[in-house]
Amino acid sequence: MIRITNDPLDAALAVSQVESPAAGAVAVFVGVTRNNTAGRKVLFLEYEAYRPMADDQLRRVADEMRERWDLQGVAIHHRLGRLEIGEASLVVAASSAHRRAAFEACHFSIDRIKQIVPIWKKEFFEGGEVWVGSQEDFDPLGG
Amino acid sequence: MKITIRLFAAYREAAGVGRAVMDAPGGATVGDLARLAKERFPALPDAERIVIAVNGEYQDHAFPLSDGDEAALIPPVSGG
Repeated sequence: MIRITNDPLDAALAVSQVESPAAGAVAVFVGVTRNNTAGRKVLFLEYEAYRPMADDQLRRVADEMRERWDLQGVAIHHRLGRLEIGEASLVVAASSAHRRAAFEACHFSIDRIKQIVPIWKKEFFEGGEVWVGSQEDFDPLGG
Repeated sequence: MKITIRLFAAYREAAGVGRAVMDAPGGATVGDLARLAKERFPALPDAERIVIAVNGEYQDHAFPLSDGDEAALIPPVSGG
């Protein structure tokens, strides 16, 4: 279940979407907005997306998780708009018969999201703001 | 041929617009479009570094464009 929304995220909802009688494990990752970058105080953040490509790319990440691991369910929810410090920007839930698959798939998904999903984060500081992202590391067509 | 370009995040702010229609010669590739975009919006990064998605799919710079395509200039992503 893929969801991109301006509303606050609910990790419990993502968990409920992957529940299955065949699952012995549910792994959940919650990405949360942090109050500093390299020691500089962050006041709040803004996220924007290129839709519907971002939805399609999140779906692709979920498909890749299912191809690589034997999963019962996958849910990926991403927040957009203005986020205050401490709010959830991303929730990934994965369920599997045994814990290793769910843990590993969850970990993989975050790295993949940061490689290919057209969503951008801007950090607002006192007296400045900056779009996060490294041109050197950005190679969505690469491995 | 007419290609609609979309600009996001840092690129939108650099260009000052989120959308523009570009006139590209027939047979133009993604790489040609990146060079045209850089000419029109000099604040963008060097053309060879610009990643482009055509109609929602990432394509390399050799990919041929068609009239009416939507080409999104994708800055380094930073979701999560």
